[in-house]
Amino acid sequence: MEIKILQTPFDPWQEIQQFQQASPDMAGKYGATSIFVGTMRDFNDGDDVKGMTLEHYPGMTEKQLSNIITEAMQKWQILDVLVVHRIGEVFPEDPIVLVAVWSSHRGDAFDVSRYIMEALKSKVPFWKKEILQSETERWVDKNTDGYKK
Amino acid sequence: MSIKVRYFASLKESVGRSEDEMEFAGVISVVDVWKRLNQGGELPENILAAVNMDYVSFDHLVNDYDEVAFFPPVTGG
Repeated sequence: MEIKILQTPFDPWQEIQQFQQASPDMAGKYGATSIFVGTMRDFNDGDDVKGMTLEHYPGMTEKQLSNIITEAMQKWQILDVLVVHRIGEVFPEDPIVLVAVWSSHRGDAFDVSRYIMEALKSKVPFWKKEILQSETERWVDKNTDGYKK
Repeated sequence: MSIKVRYFASLKESVGRSEDEMEFAGVISVVDVWKRLNQGGELPENILAAVNMDYVSFDHLVNDYDEVAFFPPVTGG
């Protein structure tokens, strides 16, 4: 598994390519790669948002992500996982999070991608502070439940 | 005994500091730590606690050199 917390913008497609190139043992073994990319919107709660600052708890972030990925690897048949998450200043259209899961078959790849994202949203200590078009700053007070329709 | 206490995000702004050092003797829980450092006040609603970077309940007992953290619900992803 690889966990990257980045202060600067990243290209998720390049991260995936680099990870695959650096994982020769996986070549020929995976039949499914499930990719989730979370991108910053320019709106939230009915307001125009022009930027965001992402704070985190260094150390606990990595520990919680590692626990989540280890649990997923025990529960499902997967080959490897890459998680990349931004901190610092983020702007609309910037990728915030990448979760990529490699497995032999699609079922586990899909399931683990969802599992990691939902667990990240509820357990990993990141916090977003939005800067609205009006220059007002406000903390996002909670994440929505991804399973709720 | 001595512990480090950290605050994050909106809670850090509302308490006006990012960390405290605390000396104590005897048996104390996470909620006792909050009260001692915050004028005996109740924990704000929805606040979460961690000890040594693992989530804990507020009645969890703290040990020498522990790192205790208080923070609001997480909003990453």
